[in-house]
Amino acid sequence: MTSILIKDVSLSFGSVDVLKSLNLDIADGEFLVLLGPSGCGKSTLLNCIAGLLDVSAGQIFIKGKNVTWAEPKDRGIGMVFQSYALYPQMTVRGNLSFGLKNARMAKDEIERRVARAAEILQIEPLLDRKPAQLSGGQRQRVAIGRALVRDVDVFLFDEPLSNLDAKLRSELRVEIKRLHQRLGNTMVYVTHDQIEALTLADRIAIMKGGVIEQLDTPHEIYNRPVNRYVAGFIGSPGMNFLEGVIDGAGEPMFVADGASIPLSRYAFAAAAPRGVPATFGIRPEHVSANSGMDWPFSMKSRVDVVEPMGSDTLVWTKLGKQDVAVRMPSERAPRLGDEVTIGFDPMRASVFDSGSGQRL
Amino acid sequence: MADVRTAVAGQADPVVVGAREPYGPRPRPVLSRRNIIVYGTLTIVALYYLMPLYVMIVTSLKGMPEIRFGNVFAPPVEITFEPWVKAWATACTGLNCDGLSRGFWNSVRITIPSVIISILIASVNGYALANWRFKGANIFFTILIVGAFIPYQVMIYPIVIILREMGVYGTLTGLVIVHTIFGMPINTLLFRNYFASVPEELFKAARVDGAGFWAIYFRIMLPMSLPIFVVSMIIQVTGIWNDFLFGVVYTRPETYPMTVQLNNIVNSVQGVKEYNVNMAATLLTGLVPLVIYFISGKLFVRGIAAGAVKG
Repeated sequence: MTSILIKDVSLSFGSVDVLKSLNLDIADGEFLVLLGPSGCGKSTLLNCIAGLLDVSAGQIFIKGKNVTWAEPKDRGIGMVFQSYALYPQMTVRGNLSFGLKNARMAKDEIERRVARAAEILQIEPLLDRKPAQLSGGQRQRVAIGRALVRDVDVFLFDEPLSNLDAKLRSELRVEIKRLHQRLGNTMVYVTHDQIEALTLADRIAIMKGGVIEQLDTPHEIYNRPVNRYVAGFIGSPGMNFLEGVIDGAGEPMFVADGASIPLSRYAFAAAAPRGVPATFGIRPEHVSANSGMDWPFSMKSRVDVVEPMGSDTLVWTKLGKQDVAVRMPSERAPRLGDEVTIGFDPMRASVFDSGSGQRL
Repeated sequence: MADVRTAVAGQADPVVVGAREPYGPRPRPVLSRRNIIVYGTLTIVALYYLMPLYVMIVTSLKGMPEIRFGNVFAPPVEITFEPWVKAWATACTGLNCDGLSRGFWNSVRITIPSVIISILIASVNGYALANWRFKGANIFFTILIVGAFIPYQVMIYPIVIILREMGVYGTLTGLVIVHTIFGMPINTLLFRNYFASVPEELFKAARVDGAGFWAIYFRIMLPMSLPIFVVSMIIQVTGIWNDFLFGVVYTRPETYPMTVQLNNIVNSVQGVKEYNVNMAATLLTGLVPLVIYFISGKLFVRGIAAGAVKG
């Protein structure tokens, strides 16, 4: 069943189009992540769903109800903000119960809900403290609690972990995932951190310039990006891109800088075109060096730069004149200037049209 | 060789830290040229500003014979509070001779309602302008700011007519209305800038929590904005208390504020000019703003810094 339906939503501030006729269908209980660089419109979209911004055109449905003109409080949503946005002069208890008091809920019901939220988020000992006396992680937990007590169908998260340090971020990430598994609510989560997106999401919507570039499962987005932008955005370290042309009389070949990569194992979206300029993309973790295995494509090259990253090491080498990064276990990493044999399976690659950037 | 620094790779012992070897915090001589200039300038400026106050206090504590000696800087030989009592209770302003006390109570009755009403309205104005971007908000704000730059003199006579038509000319109510209106631009600006510096997400969170215009104002914004209320209060109290122009134009002798009465006492020539009484009267009039500054100085600075810079 559909939980949130966004139909042809546009939003412009003056002459700037922030959202361009956007459509999105979020299923009940789904965890959807809106991912994109700053200024791509992901937070704006979230604010539109929340009712904090009026749309210029289009409709928004939540639970089958047209809420396009509804006030935020009447939309059945709870929202968590990046800066926590806790009311500084109220205690944690006051923060949690503020929305319920505004809804004129009975006192014992408020108490019951606050107690439940505090229990779920393990903030019971903090209930009588002020936000200033809490750490960043505790504050964000209270902010989540504020959404929790409202007992809503939809949770909206606006970069909730961006203000936390790396360690706390990964802890809370797991907690949010656990919360989702326990509550089963629909969650819409805005972030620019792809790790958060990949770990949390049922589906990811990658946005750019007010439109959704790709909406799919993390697995699909990682392995089969629909265009060059998505391919380059997802994955860290980023995908290697080689410029060349698709050629070959019989089997299609990708030809670049004197190297010919056979594409017979690559699954083209349509019939393989010939003679068109193309971009061949392969992730550093899908390229191997000195593995001793028999790859469909392999060649010898020299090591340019070595970047140790702890468990893995990123080794930079060259295919012709173009840089290629290889991610390999640190213990097998070659040294600067060594000759290595790199190899990969084009099945794992992504080939894009150089002109349009679309996947071929 | 227990020293950690010398234990490294068997290097030769470093030179023992002597008087000239830089080590630790850099020495800062007390009598450097920089210090002399900074503190010297500050001292001179402070003395320059305190001198008149000193002369006033000293003179107000002297009797008339002592003043006639002519040394204004000399401390009083015989301290007397007679001039203060006279200034407060029996100094003459033209017809009546009940001192400044009447003006003081008039000023109190003008200042308190003016300050409260103007701050309440201005804070709601500022809140609406900063957080609820209603249609025409910018035009409204521009008009308000332009209003602040129109010279008062232009508006004096039109306001006389307006007050007369309203039937409040010459009353304290009329003056309260005038002060409230003239306090509006600067205080609205102050509150708008302060509320604009409150994180927008806080406001959004309150809206998601179902709080409306007044609930957000009273429950979220008000409790957070004590500093700016103090700033606004100081500006209004001192401005209205020190006002002379509106006081003299829009009131009658029986409703004159303290400043107007002070002027009348100082300027009324009946025989001897009593400098000690004049000084005491002036100090009495200036006491209220002075006390306000002393009580709330710290909050004032904090509020100004929070409200005025951003926006």
